[in-house]
Amino acid sequence: MAEILEYNEQELIKEQGYDDHFHDHHHGDKFKSGFIGHYIFSMDHKIIAKQFLITGMIWAIIGAAMSIIFRMQLGFPEESMTWIKPLLGKWIVVENGVGTLAPEFYYALVTMHGTILVFFVLTAGLSGTFSNLLIPLQLGARDMASPFMNMLSYWFFFLAGIVMFFSLFLSTGPFSGGWTAYPPLSALPQASQGSGSGMTLWLLSLTLFVVSVLLGGINYITTVLNLRTKGMNLWRMPLTIWAFFVTAILGLLSFPVLVSGFLMLMCDRGLGTSFFLSEIFVNGEALPNVGGSPILYQHLFWFLGHPEVYIIILPAMGLVSEVLSVHARKPIFGYKAMVYSILAIGFLSFIVWAHHMFMSGVNPFISNFFVVFTLIIAVPSAVKVFNWITTLYGGNIRLNSPMLFAIGFVSMFISGGLTGIFLGNSAIDIQMHDTYFVVAHFHIVMGVAAFFGMFAGIYHWFPKMYGRFMNETLGKIHFWGTLIGAYAVFWPMHYIGMAGVPRRYYSFNTFDAFNDFAAMNKFITIAAIVVFAIQILFVINFFYSIWYGKKMKTKNPWQATTLEWTTDIHPGHGNWEGNIPTVHRWAYDYGKDGHDFIPQFVPPQEGETDVH
Amino acid sequence: MTALIILLILVLLVVIVIQISKVSELSGKIRGEEVAEQQANNRTAVWMVVFMVLFLIASVVSAIYYKDLMLGYGPLGAASLHGVQLDSVFNVTLFFTGIVFVVTQFLLFWYAYKYRKQKGRKALFFSHDNTLEYVWTGIPALVMTFLVVKGLVVWNEVMADVGPDEDVIEIEATGYQFAWDIRYPGPDGLLGERDYTLIKQGINPLGQNWEDEKNHDDFIADQIYLPVNKKVRVRITAKDVLHNFYLPHFRVKMDAVPGIPAYFVFTPTVTTEEFRTRLKDNINWQDLSDPEDPESPAKWEAFDYELACAELCGIGHYSMKKIVKVVSQEEYDAWLEQQKSYYLSQVRGKEYDPNLGKLLKVEIAQQKRDFFKELDAAMSSTEEEDISLRLKNINFETGSANLTKNSRYELDNLVAGLTKYKDVEIEIAGYTDNQGDPSSNLELSKNRSNAVLNYLTERGISASRLTAVGYGEANPTESNDTPEGRKMNRRIEFKILKNKSI
Repeated sequence: MAEILEYNEQELIKEQGYDDHFHDHHHGDKFKSGFIGHYIFSMDHKIIAKQFLITGMIWAIIGAAMSIIFRMQLGFPEESMTWIKPLLGKWIVVENGVGTLAPEFYYALVTMHGTILVFFVLTAGLSGTFSNLLIPLQLGARDMASPFMNMLSYWFFFLAGIVMFFSLFLSTGPFSGGWTAYPPLSALPQASQGSGSGMTLWLLSLTLFVVSVLLGGINYITTVLNLRTKGMNLWRMPLTIWAFFVTAILGLLSFPVLVSGFLMLMCDRGLGTSFFLSEIFVNGEALPNVGGSPILYQHLFWFLGHPEVYIIILPAMGLVSEVLSVHARKPIFGYKAMVYSILAIGFLSFIVWAHHMFMSGVNPFISNFFVVFTLIIAVPSAVKVFNWITTLYGGNIRLNSPMLFAIGFVSMFISGGLTGIFLGNSAIDIQMHDTYFVVAHFHIVMGVAAFFGMFAGIYHWFPKMYGRFMNETLGKIHFWGTLIGAYAVFWPMHYIGMAGVPRRYYSFNTFDAFNDFAAMNKFITIAAIVVFAIQILFVINFFYSIWYGKKMKTKNPWQATTLEWTTDIHPGHGNWEGNIPTVHRWAYDYGKDGHDFIPQFVPPQEGETDVH
Repeated sequence: MTALIILLILVLLVVIVIQISKVSELSGKIRGEEVAEQQANNRTAVWMVVFMVLFLIASVVSAIYYKDLMLGYGPLGAASLHGVQLDSVFNVTLFFTGIVFVVTQFLLFWYAYKYRKQKGRKALFFSHDNTLEYVWTGIPALVMTFLVVKGLVVWNEVMADVGPDEDVIEIEATGYQFAWDIRYPGPDGLLGERDYTLIKQGINPLGQNWEDEKNHDDFIADQIYLPVNKKVRVRITAKDVLHNFYLPHFRVKMDAVPGIPAYFVFTPTVTTEEFRTRLKDNINWQDLSDPEDPESPAKWEAFDYELACAELCGIGHYSMKKIVKVVSQEEYDAWLEQQKSYYLSQVRGKEYDPNLGKLLKVEIAQQKRDFFKELDAAMSSTEEEDISLRLKNINFETGSANLTKNSRYELDNLVAGLTKYKDVEIEIAGYTDNQGDPSSNLELSKNRSNAVLNYLTERGISASRLTAVGYGEANPTESNDTPEGRKMNRRIEFKILKNKSI
């Protein structure tokens, strides 16, 4: 058994810590006084993190439930759906007692599922939650650089959610042209009823959402650059912070481009401009618009859209790196290589967007560059995977829920990442583009993997958020069910995709070539329902544990080195009662010199070498 | 009621699960937390290995089980020249990623098991190793370089447009909500101009410009017919929103964008019949094509290539199907023969035809083809009798023997025919209907056949081969009681005098 280094945390922080005269200014937290100030319009980053998390969870349930409904259509097209008519109303068309899902609403569900999961759950719910929670706590800051902007960030997200939620109840239905909202379909209400008011609200909602991301992102960047505690230089930051930092930069650079695309789309829809419209004959009428290019929108969209997948996966990578290291009781392997990989992935993510557009009618010569840059991303990604695996090598691994999800993340990231090598090669993409192979690829690599990273983070930092632990048994059921279930859902989709079956098909029986997979589609649907049920178990565990979970008795239950575990079990606004701890080492001194772990605030020991 | 029962069952299940988890926690406390934790850790570690083994077996076994459905394996291998290359890039990628997949998944779960927390174990302090990191940066970089080069060589070959002199069939696919229109260029081999503002449903579905001669022979086919082993360039476009021209069996896919035509060039190498033969012995294609109908052919017999849409285009996106037939050159030619120009069959002569009153190139060419078809048949006939052929496209000004301007094309055909068959002698016969004075009709018919004779001799046909006769009202081919019949009776024929051939 590695010995635990003897130190007195209280004394050390008192002696070494930085005195910013916290109490002299505030005399406690003035925002803590009222219920509304504390829980609703809170400026405390920890409360805002919880707000992001719980809002994200609600959206995740809505988005996942939608996928169950459209999976029912795909897996059991013959079954009557009358039972869900009370919920969906006119979108279930009943004929001779057999209820079928209207194709309009099938496409609306697919579109909403994508939009909600990508933006509301995996961007806001994941990065919003953990950037807020961990950036100040792990850097030794009292709060974000601008707590007010941070609060606005959440409330703009909330507003975006309200608008999107409202659009679900429109008589013409929510937007139904796919989460990428390609014009002309998204620009012309004549072409699809979802492109009417549903699309107007979709654009409004996502514009509000971008405001939220930008307010949050600029805050994260400022906080990381300016509010690190004494001694916390960039090379001592935990990988979580590196990941959130690069994520915020990606968001700040790419989301405005998306909004510019949205703005042009709004003009095309409402003001008669022709940015994206040209030579269109729709609904018996030739439109006057000429000279626009639908492909221009795709460039603008994917200039965000591609970095967006890294905005989703980088925070998960950061969380996983941290969790793997803490529970393997080992330093993360190749810390610097990990940081450079994050930076390389972040940079490359800006010059690969057109790999979504190999078959969109762009000049095939252009694709050469995008193939090269896209496949280069495999190199830093491979480095990260090898480093995670090596982090496990020689460890003393606690296989608890956070660690299991972190390992599951790596497994998913490998499986989904490798199929990216197929799709990134334009020659293979000719056949695979827009088939179920793509659905399998991105769901595993940025859907399931990001969720695994998020779950690892939630199980790991739940004690920090609520002062209690989540239930381990339920956590393990959750893990095994999700790991096996998610593979059961998405693995067969590779085969369906290789057979050439296109995605976004309401029904497969028009085509002989696509109609042979009924059994597999049934299997996938059943697996999806099981996985969904298991997530409900997680939600129950989450809320049950907030009030009834096992209480946290010590400040640092995981024996981790980072600063968030030096705060009180229930830290107030401002995080540390007295001095802010100062930092003397990197975040990964696990197992060094025979000590199980050495926290970041412990100064170099006598005779200690190689202090990072 | 059922809903209530289901709800109750769900609530009960939740309660049960929570109770189980509580019990497991309590029993842990009884055994001592550390011991319980250690046991749980060991158990989970074993499950990790079990999962890893089952997962790897399942992934390999399922891949083998479904290999007939997968790219390049079994009967669904590409049916086009370039498709085979794409399949090979796929397989090379599968080889490398397959190795990485198995090795990394194995190590991940194996390490989780092997280095599980155990009493007395000390974690290794192993924070970096430059050699290792160079190796596993370098190897992926090398493999990626190989895959990129291989992929791009194929890509640039596949996506290259046709050269200016290449022998290629160009067809055009236009997607719209929710079907495809396939346009063939007709005998001239050229697709005519389009303008979306000219589109009128039922009259001009593609907005073809009828003043462009290239359009006059274009036809819209209800299926895509292609001759095997012949290069095809598909011009891909859309009328309303984005669509995608997707031929899964040929590995062809390209977005159809309104206003920005794209293309895809490919060469089908397997005819529909040959593809059916491929499927014939495969177990997956033995069922009835229509499970409800025991008389229906087996799936492999009913197989057809299909065109689908692969870009979300609205509520009917999943139903944009067109059958594709790949056939031998002879079958293709025969099919072409049956196709009718959209313009000539639907527009020509209607009030919205902008070319009313003009004789079009395509019609002249058609006249020539028809003329020679008849002439060649007559010449190769073994009959000993003289054969009379009608000159269908010759007209005279009313009541006179002056040839109209457009008649010269048919006369030129006759000149060409007489040049081709140098030994033939003919009799040019003029006829009239029964209106008016019979003797003046006789005179007129005589003059008219002479006019034809004069035209021919002016074009260098020896007068010794020609005789001009006027028959007036004699030998009507139709009844003279109707205007149509009378029109048919006013005619010029030429008789091939077989027995007088030089």
